[in-house]
Order: sequence, then structure tokens, then C-alpha cells
Amino acid sequence: MSESSNAVEMTGIKKSFGGLQVLRGVDFAVKQGTVHALMGENGAGKSTLLKILQGILTPTEGSITVFGRQMNSFSAATSRASGIGMIFQELSLIPSLTVAQNIFLSREPRKFGLLVDDRTARERSRVIMSELGMDVDPATPVQKLSTGQMQMVEIAKAISQDARILILDEPTSALTGVEVERLFSLLKRLSADGAAIVYVSHRMDEIFEIAEEVTILRDGRNVATAPVRQFEIQDVVEHMIGKRVGSFSWRPRSVDRTRSPALEVRSVSGPNKPINASFEVYSGEVLGIAGLLGSGRSELARVMFGIDAMTSGEIRVKGQAVRIRSPREAMEAGIALIPESRAREGLIAAHSIRTNLSLPRLGDLARGLFLDGTKETASATGLIQRLRIKATSSSVPVRTLSGGNQQKVVLGKWLAMNPEILILDEPTAGIDIGSKTEIVDLIRELADEGRAIIIISSELAELLAVSDRVLIMSDGRIAREVSRDEISVAAGEPTGSADEGVQIAKAEHNLQVLIQEVRLNAPTY
Amino acid sequence: MVRGASIVSDWRQYVVYIGFALIFVIFAITLSDRGFLSANNLLNIARQTAIIAIMAMAMTFVLCAGEIDLSVGAIAGLASVTSGLALSRYGLVPAIAAGLCTGLLVGAVNGSLTAWIGIPSFLVTLGMMGFARGLGMWMSGTSPVPVIDDTFIAVFGSGNIGPVPILVLWVVILGALAHTALRKTPFGRKILATGGGETAARYSGIKTRTVKFQALLMTATAASVAGMLYAGRLHSGRFQLGEGDELSVIAAVVLGGTSLFGGAGTVIGSIVGALLIGVINNGLILLGLDFSQQLMARGVLIVLAVALGRSQRA
Repeated sequence: MSESSNAVEMTGIKKSFGGLQVLRGVDFAVKQGTVHALMGENGAGKSTLLKILQGILTPTEGSITVFGRQMNSFSAATSRASGIGMIFQELSLIPSLTVAQNIFLSREPRKFGLLVDDRTARERSRVIMSELGMDVDPATPVQKLSTGQMQMVEIAKAISQDARILILDEPTSALTGVEVERLFSLLKRLSADGAAIVYVSHRMDEIFEIAEEVTILRDGRNVATAPVRQFEIQDVVEHMIGKRVGSFSWRPRSVDRTRSPALEVRSVSGPNKPINASFEVYSGEVLGIAGLLGSGRSELARVMFGIDAMTSGEIRVKGQAVRIRSPREAMEAGIALIPESRAREGLIAAHSIRTNLSLPRLGDLARGLFLDGTKETASATGLIQRLRIKATSSSVPVRTLSGGNQQKVVLGKWLAMNPEILILDEPTAGIDIGSKTEIVDLIRELADEGRAIIIISSELAELLAVSDRVLIMSDGRIAREVSRDEISVAAGEPTGSADEGVQIAKAEHNLQVLIQEVRLNAPTY
Repeated sequence: MVRGASIVSDWRQYVVYIGFALIFVIFAITLSDRGFLSANNLLNIARQTAIIAIMAMAMTFVLCAGEIDLSVGAIAGLASVTSGLALSRYGLVPAIAAGLCTGLLVGAVNGSLTAWIGIPSFLVTLGMMGFARGLGMWMSGTSPVPVIDDTFIAVFGSGNIGPVPILVLWVVILGALAHTALRKTPFGRKILATGGGETAARYSGIKTRTVKFQALLMTATAASVAGMLYAGRLHSGRFQLGEGDELSVIAAVVLGGTSLFGGAGTVIGSIVGALLIGVINNGLILLGLDFSQQLMARGVLIVLAVALGRSQRA
């Protein structure tokens, strides 16, 4: 009986891409009628495992049994036919079509076997929706729904295709508190009806609320599978991070906090996030901002740089209140932003390194009406050398560069402006370890020159290696400030230089726990 | 270093020059007995191409900025009427002012609706195309407005300086200005950046809305100059002038290597693109093709040239 109660049973799953082994023998079983959380750091193998379950990838080794039946071929169609439904993070609905049209997309009820019968589709949708306790009119175009409602429709679509195993990947990152509650009560009802739900999230408060079981992946292996109630946050973090030794180390620096701050942010709110954020950064200081996906970190950066409107509050630079309504005004106030999305916000991919580097300061590079070509090239060559950008010349298009070198071009754009205040949003995302180290060193160097630096990062090891203080954001608010002393105390006394990495790993562990606790202690809606 | 200013440097970028040289040589050989190479015929080609070339220069900026202007032909017609009317009533200077103001005003409307209201330029200028044509028709009472001022006729279109038609001079001067503006000024960079990656440009402190506004102001103004050139050349202002020019202009610009999606392009390419279309037209006439055959042959040649010029980068 215990065998047959498993909706999904994946045994000894291995998967490698080229020579890279991503999954090294994962066992993953989900019982019927349970919500099973799947956790792990980025790169632990979660999404590969899920793609195998959906039939998008074929495992190199291992077997999958769904409702007691062994899967022999792997394709999206067989997965769907065996009852597996994926609720996409990037929603797979067509915005201009109605809810009913989306639910029955490509399998519309027919009239006379030829014409699409919208009325029947609407009625059947209404039945499905009311069974799921959703309050959405099936005739509404999807684009008029909130993100939460779209997700509900997505679930209704899966259910209407007889999915009895639902996979949800970070489903709450774009939802409001009320919507999360609604989603959870729906998931509870579905699992009570016997559905098996695979729930992927970094938010442990959610895992503790919704999931009965949890499986934790690390480096392509499942390191723990157990009922959720046997775990505390610390245990989960321990399993996720393991005994890894950090590759970065903290280098003590001193910050003069007696002078007036370089930047003061006073009760600043944005269109949606941030909410009432207040903090200050001193010259020569590196301020880290940590938080989970959707906590409002990037939104805060965008408001400070004049991309998103500031709805209330005040920003002061060197004691002077400044108005920032556009990036231009932010730049005039001495603020620069290395944006989150390198490809979309940071660079013009088809243009040359030199053209990209000149972009924020065309005025400085002009002599009279014209751009000074000699000055521009000299400046570009200087930046390429200083940042060690690997390129044959300054006129090659940036799209031909590696991620690390592209990021250096973005950094170069703003370094040339000589900003007093530099905001970096995920500066090391998706770049190689060598470039990461160089960027970490560069950040220290810039702070030593007396600049105020704000760094937003999901990679806690780096954040801890450079930050003098760390703010933790949650749901758009600054929830906690962690001082360097607190981090050090938690990491234990230094016992020798060889233990530096271990210390950072401990500090990382500690910070991860703090980020999660901030959410647990947050007021509920 | 100046030559390094090009952004992509494979041969496909030069397809318009290769195509121009190739077609020119073919016509020179096959049509030598029909006077293709005679000075008179070549000047004729230049004269016929000039007005399209002037609008194409400005259109290069608009396409590079990631927008489009379909109203240029209609604006040319309207400006020929307004300047013609002002000429007969108030004299030379008011005529030129009226022509230019027509372009600036229409351009400001196109630009504002696109940049600040956020209506796609395709729709805005499609609407303006009909509106401007209708306005010209209404103002002129559907009849041609005679242009009889000798200075106006000489400066706009019909005069010569030595052996050189004044129209060619217009192209050379405006072409040099436009080329420099796109290649060597901060304004040109902002145009290319806005079309190449609007978000990145905005994050770099470029006022992308202003840039789009300016680009659409440019095409409309250039179109009004084109309208006055038509009026000077044909000795009358007519609302029908410039009909269908928007397509020739866009074809010339795209032939010249400018991306329809923005971010890359050259003014010289657009001028050569206009010349190429002029040479094809002229050659086809000399070959004795009738108008219907000319249209078909021109369509095929343009698509062929653009297809060859498309870069293969994924």
C-alpha cells in the first residue's frame, strides 16, 4: 500500500550535460495528497529535476514511476498524459484571450465538429473555477486579471487537463499577501482531494506553512527527505549550504561614521515597493542589501536612480535634499546604478564596447558640437585596461564578450562618471568565478577611494565578503540591519587564516537564517 | 580611428555600394547606346533622386531611433501648398517660413503623440499621412498653386550653379550635415542608443522620449524642404506631390543598410540607396519597359537587395 500511495517515484536519477554532472543520483518520491517542498540553492539541480519530471529533459540514468506505472519514454506529452501539470513561473497564458479560451486552448469544445463553442467553454470553465473556489468570470480577458488570479487560472487549466500532480516553481514571488493566502487554501484543498503537489520555494516560512514533507538537494544529490515538522530553519539551511568553504573572505576595513552620511534615504516609498525605507550610507562604506526574490531590493535601487517614481520620502546627498525624477537627475546628484539585468538595462548588445562605455557621458566627451573621437577612444582603452576587459579592440560589439567581461563594461560605463554613490544590483549574477573575484576586489577598491557603495546580492558569500553592514529587506520593507560585529560574533572568533573560509560559511549560514526569520516574524496580513 | 566608427563590419553592410556599382556597370554596358552614361542622363538621375535622398537622410535617424514616419510624402505635398500660397500672397521669405513651419508643426504633433502619449509612430504617422494630404487638398481647393517667383524657383529645385544642378548641391550639403550629426555628435549617439536598446539608453541617463521627438521633428522638416523643392522644380504647389514617396524613402534607407528595428544605420548608405533606386528607375525606362513592368522589376530588385543585405547573425 505504501508503494502505491506514491504519486511520483523518481529513483537514482542522474543527468549530465556534456561532462558536467548536474544530478548525481536523486531519489524523489511524492505521496498522493501531500504538498512536498523541494529546496536547494541555485544550481543544486532543482530545475533540472523538475524538467525531467515534465518530460523536457531525459535523464541519463534512473527510473520514474507515476501512479505505479513506469515511464518508458520521456516527452512533455507523455508527462502530461500521465497527469503531471506544471504551473509556470513565467505564466503560459495568452493575455488577449479570455479565461475560458485559455483553459481550453487547443482543445476547445466544438460545435458541429468544426466551430469553436465559446459558450460551452465558458460554462465548463465556470464549473471548474467554482469547484476550486475561484471567483473569476471566465469571459474576462486574462490581461485584466491580477498576477494571483492568473496563477489560479493556470492551476484551473492544469486541473481541467486531469493533472493530479502539480508542480509549482516559486509561485508566490509576484503575489500579494492576500493572494498567497488564497493560493495556499487552494493548494490545501487540492491536496486534501488527493493531488500531489511539488512546491519549490526559497521562502521557508511558506514551506513550513504549506508543506508536509521536504526534500533538500545539494550539488545534485538529495541530502535530506523528511516530514517538515522535524526541521527547524537552521537545519534546512545547514542541509542546503552544507560544509562548504567560502571562496571569499572578509577583509576588515574602517569606516568613518562621524562625518555626515554620503547618502540618506528617509521614509522612501515607491509605486509598489519599497515601503517606507530609511537608511544611510557613509563615504567609504559598503552597505549590503539582502533579501529574498521579490523583497523589493531592485525596486529600491530603481527609485534611488529615478527609474521608478518616488511616491513619498526624501533622499539627501551629503546632507542636501535632492530631487530625483530621472536617471539624469540621479547622475547629477552623483549616483550611479549598475542595473540588475545586464542585457536589457545595462548594455546595447549590438553596439561596440566604446559606444557603450561613452553612453552616460556623451556631454563630457564632446568638444563643441562634436564627439571627440580621440578622447573617446583613449578613455575606452583606459577603462578596458583598468578593468582587464578581454577584447581585441574597443570597437567589437559587446554581445561577443563573455558575461564577466560584459559586466565589466557596465561597471566601466559608470566608473568613468566618477560617482560618489554607486549602487550595484546583482553585480556578479551569471558570471565566472574569476570575474567575480575581480569585481569583489574592485568594489573594495572603490570604497577605499571614499565612495559610498550599496550592493544588492542574492549570493550571500559575496555580500558578506564586501559589506560593512547588511540590511535585510522583506515585502518591500527594510526589516533588519545586521552589523559587522553581529556577523563576526555569529561566525566565531578567528582562529587562524586557514579558517577564514569556514568563518564566512558560518556567517553565510547565519545571514540566511536571519533572512528567513525576518519573514517568519513579519506581521501576517 | 574614424573608420572604426562602424559597428558591424562584414561585407553585407556594404551590399548597397556593391549593388549600386554592379547595377551601374550593367546598365552602363547594356544601355551605352541609349545614352545611359551621357552627362545629361546622369544629372537627370541625380535630380530625380535628390528629393527622395533628402527625406531618406532624415528617415535614417527615425529608423535608427526605432521609429518610423509614414507621413513624409503627405507632408511634402502639404508644404508645397503652404509655401506656394504664402509665396503668392506675402513673398519669398514668408514662403520659406511657411514651408518650414508646416514641417515643424506636423513633426511636433507626430513627435508628441509618439514620445509622450505613447502611440506607436506607425499609427501616428499613418493617421498624419491622411490628415496632411487632406489638409493640403482643402487649403489649395484641389487646384495647383502656381509658383512664379524666380528666386524661389532657382533656389528650390530648378537652378544650376555652373554645370551642377542646385538640387545636387542640396543633397551634398544636407547629406554632409546629416552624416556628421549621426556619426560624430552626441545627438547621433543618443539616436542609435535609443533604437539599439531603449531601456539601456534610459538607464544611461538618455532622455529617450526627447530623442524620439527630435527624430520625428527631423523627418517632417526634411519632408517640408522636399515639398518646397517639388514646388520649385514643378513651378507649382500641389497636394498630390510626394504621393507614395514614403515607400521609396523607406526602401532607400533600408537598402542603405539601416536596420528597420533601430540601432544601426548610415546616412551615406541611405543616399546611395536612393541613388540606386533612381538608377534602376532610369535604366528600366531606357530599356523601354512600360510603367507596369518598371514597378514589378523595381519591387523584385529592392527585395533582393534587402535580402542580400540582411545580416546572418542569429
